Amino acid sequence: MQPQAEMRSPMCPYPFRVLEIAEEMPRCMTMRVAPDDATGDTAFAPGQFYMIYVFGHGEVPISTSGDPAKSGELTFTVMAVGSVTQALCALKQGDVIGLRGPFGRAWPVDLVKGRDVIVMAGGLGLAPLRPSIYHMLSNRNDYADLALLYGTRQPQSIIFRQTLAHWREDAPIDVEVTVDTAGRDWPGKVGVVTELLMGRRPDPSKTSALICGPEIMMRFSAYALMELGIAAENIYVSMERNMKCAVKMCGRCQYGPFFVCADGPVFAFNQVEQLFRIREL
Amino acid sequence: MIGTDQTSVIEREDLQSLFDVVIARGYVPVGPTVRDGAIVFDEVCRVEDLPGGWTEDQDAGSYRLKRRHDTALFGYNNGPHSWKKYLFPPRAKLWEAVKTENNGLTVREAEDTKRPFAFIGVRSCDLHALQVQDAVFMNPKHPDPLYAGRRGKALVIVVNCGQAAKTCFCTSMNTGPRAEGGYDLALTEILDGDDHYFIAEPGSPDGYSLLAGIPHREADSADVLAAQECTKRAAEQIGRKIEISDVKDLLYRNYDNERWDALERRCLTCANCTMACPTCFCSKVEDVTDLTGGHAERWREWDSCFTMDFSYIHGGSVRPTTRSRYRQWLIHKLATWLDQFGMSGCVGCGRCITWCPVGIDLTEEVRLIRASEKDKEADDG
Ligand SMILES: Cc1cc2nc3c(=O)[nH]c(=O)nc-3n(C[C@H](O)[C@H](O)[C@H](O)COP(=O)(O)OP(=O)(O)OC[C@H]3O[C@@H](n4cnc5c(N)ncnc54)[C@H](O)[C@@H]3O)c2cc1C
Ligand code: SF4
Ligand code: SF4
Repeated sequence: MQPQAEMRSPMCPYPFRVLEIAEEMPRCMTMRVAPDDATGDTAFAPGQFYMIYVFGHGEVPISTSGDPAKSGELTFTVMAVGSVTQALCALKQGDVIGLRGPFGRAWPVDLVKGRDVIVMAGGLGLAPLRPSIYHMLSNRNDYADLALLYGTRQPQSIIFRQTLAHWREDAPIDVEVTVDTAGRDWPGKVGVVTELLMGRRPDPSKTSALICGPEIMMRFSAYALMELGIAAENIYVSMERNMKCAVKMCGRCQYGPFFVCADGPVFAFNQVEQLFRIREL
Repeated sequence: MIGTDQTSVIEREDLQSLFDVVIARGYVPVGPTVRDGAIVFDEVCRVEDLPGGWTEDQDAGSYRLKRRHDTALFGYNNGPHSWKKYLFPPRAKLWEAVKTENNGLTVREAEDTKRPFAFIGVRSCDLHALQVQDAVFMNPKHPDPLYAGRRGKALVIVVNCGQAAKTCFCTSMNTGPRAEGGYDLALTEILDGDDHYFIAEPGSPDGYSLLAGIPHREADSADVLAAQECTKRAAEQIGRKIEISDVKDLLYRNYDNERWDALERRCLTCANCTMACPTCFCSKVEDVTDLTGGHAERWREWDSCFTMDFSYIHGGSVRPTTRSRYRQWLIHKLATWLDQFGMSGCVGCGRCITWCPVGIDLTEEVRLIRASEKDKEADDG
């Protein structure tokens, strides 16, 4: 990352300033940040994450949710679930936070070139996937058919509404959205995200899938894709574990033989399928 | 290394000069000393600070100091401390940050103010434990500056074991009792009638130069033999064993073994084993601010996979049961560590066995898991 990284503790954050922060839904904010001095770099690969430090509150892992082609700034989408994420969501334009990263294995956007790609997102899982979609759309000729299947709890919890509307109307990607529950005024689909696979006939020899969401959603989605004939090695998931360092030192994000921070968060499903079956791992 | 023409003899009376030279060269000598009913590591500047004439009885869940019948200075085995407390301190400041004008943020890395350490009395198992932690903290991509800085400057003086505790099993883990390299100087303590001396083998340029500063004579073949006999005796005393050739696969096959349920009832999740273990490296961080709110610090502290917090993610701990936490610890030590770092996470020092208040013994747990598989085979066949 930063040029002088070797001389510095990997635990030292770099200052970034909030350019803009906007609500996606209650308790969920998307923020754009830019380096506050010359030390900050903003290059990342889709699916990677940063450790974000809020002064005096603490530090948490957050994936980038913006366009990787955009230089000079980074975008994050944060759900307020506890002390640090609440502090993050309460930031104002002009506030400074600390960032270190990017960390982790990215979505395999190069490996899936030439193939059909099904992106499956559950809830906030759309955030870490959005950079991969931006990337594939910017390099559209590198890929065959693209589909985004997005499931979330209810119509009010749909994030990235403008991006989704834009993709749906103007972009060469097939976008489908479903919600678990909705009132009568919801014109769209109701049901879990795997139901969006029904009626689809992906060609297993040329289809890959990227999945992000709660673990149970990723498990059901991966098995549904495998039932359609797609091999586990062509299905990718992104894992979440407690982590304090992001450089394989704090030991907390261990997942069987893996460190989620460095060997993940993105894994091919055949790497982790056995682990998914072990309870309380 | 032993038997080379550099192998030397240092008389017991001259051992003080080892400390003197080390101190004169700017090191803080740390080593074994008796305190609070145990042999612990602390600053030791004089031979008299060493546990001369002391040894201990150890077994699962018990440790008791006792007098030796001789005046051996290093006639004991591992105590509750390990060298990790110097390189990976139980609590360390990583950085400080200040809020500057216009909401800015300046982060300053904590400086290490400690003088370099000379570790005196490193056992072969603990020497391997240092190498295990090196792989964690000195990853070339992102080394921990505190650990890497101290490790790079530290002087490692081994004292080979002339006896083994009941809890030792270095011979299973191929980590001892004789150190084969990776040290600056290795000593073997010999007591033979009225003779009391040390066979010294330098293992690095620093070790050679250290030896040059201490009165010594060249070792003869009888001395060399005596040193070999000494560690052979220790090896012969070892009673505990882990069959390691296939232990990784064994454990990977047994995530669902009923043995873990027995541990659910026995283990107190006190974390003693992880604190005593010389290779356990897990940590947490604490971010604090002062009252004005303009100054913040980050501290790193030892943590343990036996705590509930360790694996907490929104919604609850990933490992809420004792069974799952003990299983994480044991499988990490003996199996996943191999995949992560290409080496075992256990060096067979036996500390976790001795310091477990209920005497849980990992060698026994592995044996029982293996036996349960054999039973099942017998039932099925
Ligand atoms: C690789 C990765 C990428 C992530 N990307 C995003 C993202 O883009 N947007 C987003 O909103 N959230 C994301 N998360 C989850 C986010 O890190 C947690 O919601 C956050 O750590 C909760 O911290 P807290 O202090 O607000 O909550 P508390 O409940 O107060 O948490 C206490 C501590 O537990 C740990 N913790 C709690 N939940 C999680 C969790 N889900 N994952 C890891 N550690 C946790 C943290 O160390 C935290 O400091 C990601 C997690 C990981 C591992
Ligand atoms: S697991 Fe136990 S025997 Fe092995 S190195 Fe750690 S404390 Fe020593
Ligand atoms: S195994 Fe023993 S020492 Fe380790 S946590 Fe359990 S009770 Fe404590």
